[in-house]
Amino acid sequence: MTTTLPAKPAPRRVRSNSTLATALRRLRKHRAAMLSLVVIALLILTAIFARVIAPYDPNAQDLAGIYVPPSAAHLMGQDSLGRDLLSRIIYGSRISLLVGFSVSLFSILLGTTMGVLAGFFGGRTDTLISRFIEIMLSVPELPLQLTLSGLFAVSDAPAIAALRENPNSSVFIIVGIFTFFGWMGTARLVRGEVLKLKNLEYVDAARALGASSARVMARHLVPNLLAIIIVNGTLAIGGAILGEAALSFLGFGIQPPVSTWGNMLSNANEVVLEHPYVAFWPGFAILITVLAFNFLGDGLRDAFDPKSRL
Amino acid sequence: MGTYILRRVLQMIPLLLVISLMIFLLTALQPGDPVDQLTFGNSNITPEDIARLKHAYGLDQPWYVRYFYWLRQAVTGNFGYSQDFNIPALDFVFQQRMPNTLLLTVPALVISTLIAVPLGIFSAIRQYSWMDYVLTFLSFLAFSAPVFWVAAMAMYFFAVFLPTVTAGAVSLPPGGLGSPDLPLDAGFWQTWLDKLHYLLLPLSILMLREIAVTMRFMRANMLEVMTQDFVRTARAKGLTSRVVLYKHALRNAVAPILTLLGLSIPGLFGGAVITETVFSWPGMGRAIFDALVSKDFNVVMVSLMLLALLTVIFQLLTDVAYAYVDPRIRYH
Repeated sequence: MTTTLPAKPAPRRVRSNSTLATALRRLRKHRAAMLSLVVIALLILTAIFARVIAPYDPNAQDLAGIYVPPSAAHLMGQDSLGRDLLSRIIYGSRISLLVGFSVSLFSILLGTTMGVLAGFFGGRTDTLISRFIEIMLSVPELPLQLTLSGLFAVSDAPAIAALRENPNSSVFIIVGIFTFFGWMGTARLVRGEVLKLKNLEYVDAARALGASSARVMARHLVPNLLAIIIVNGTLAIGGAILGEAALSFLGFGIQPPVSTWGNMLSNANEVVLEHPYVAFWPGFAILITVLAFNFLGDGLRDAFDPKSRL
Repeated sequence: MGTYILRRVLQMIPLLLVISLMIFLLTALQPGDPVDQLTFGNSNITPEDIARLKHAYGLDQPWYVRYFYWLRQAVTGNFGYSQDFNIPALDFVFQQRMPNTLLLTVPALVISTLIAVPLGIFSAIRQYSWMDYVLTFLSFLAFSAPVFWVAAMAMYFFAVFLPTVTAGAVSLPPGGLGSPDLPLDAGFWQTWLDKLHYLLLPLSILMLREIAVTMRFMRANMLEVMTQDFVRTARAKGLTSRVVLYKHALRNAVAPILTLLGLSIPGLFGGAVITETVFSWPGMGRAIFDALVSKDFNVVMVSLMLLALLTVIFQLLTDVAYAYVDPRIRYH
């Protein structure tokens, strides 16, 4: 006798109703943001496979090719040392994306921590953190970044000198500087949100059930900050890439031989009058990248905002 | 209101003290000092001379001693001499450089606000129209592009490309404060016209980002106000769209712009560092950059302190102005 088991019902797809899932579903309708996602995906692939895609060694010099305009062999032309601009731009995407993602990650971590602490504990903690934010927002940012970067580049303090042994040290230093100057906006927003959230009943309920402060913050407050964190994190990536470029342009950013879009533009204002294409492409790469992250951030903001129409 | 302003002014003092300490530390910890810079490569100078010079300038003291010395002098208005220009650092920055920076930043702020506010309102009233999309896209372009790159491209376009194409009829100078061959006896108008010619490019570049930011902010404000109850009430009682939008909604949406202006002052000066460097505009930003490179610490200190002071003053002014514009705000 054979028994036929009842056919297994096909698993029904359940539409997740979490904030994140809803937002991502809404984001799909945002055309500019979706296009930006494609651009960002292509950029990440370029960065990962730079070695395969780049037609030349980005540091190979060609003395016969100094400032040779774009040609079939060198699609974007050659720079002051005859290096292939296209290859340098392809390799430069690695550093720009690395700087953008790490600064965003660290400044969001720092900003969220500070904001949650200030908003949740209030009192003296809040005063201390808020005053510090106020100071950080009143100092002239760019000159201080220049000073700090200059300090790290030449300081003879043993710890800093040891750090400089690493050829990529200027990348870490830049990430550190931008994190230090980049967390205040998120901290302020998070603080405001926590002030609102911490008086809601569900937080009281959690407390009544015996949850510790740490648990309330980690399990009940931070998940509700998701929208702020994701939107600001995305916008911070573009900001960091622009900041690195500005510092590198002034000669205080990431130092050669590491090639970045920013340091390809150092002295751009002197080169541009005679060799405009040398200055055009790195800046164009920055523009496209930052534009993509800004559009994505804007799309995410709309997607998380139940009031906005998509 | 009087007590509020007084309290805010008193709060500025510790704020500025902490900022000055922070800036001093950052500059004082830099290796090398003005004496090193001065004596570098001079084979006639002995190490004893260098030590004596450093002692004379107090550069052999630890940083906190130097800070308190600097502070004691600074409160009496003595900010030391500029090593590079051999004049008091304050005179150099305040008299020679600040006017040039203000010439750049004040018109930039005023003109960009005048352009951005109407555009933002328009964008909000015609939300999701094609003009709104175009303005949105343009503003995203403006704050996604590296300023110095746009400046360099504009420089090429107006100083090389256009003059070549139009055979010199249309051209803007790539940098500087005025043409070097302007006759010494040039009249008032001629001098200012020449200056304006040189100002046009850096001013426009500095304004780009300002316009974009203010426009987006204005649009967001206007959209928010337009959904509020009092606007619906105004419509319900039969007022025309025109009156509702321009009288009721607009007045409430414009006030927050003041806060934005206050907040954008430091950013504007920061942006001026880059713009001034690109266009060799001899303002404060350029002075800070040059002084940092040549370790002219007195100039760095006095300019950064001036910027910080301007920032806190503008923040206070906008907060006070806000209370005047919006009677719902009361300070206590």
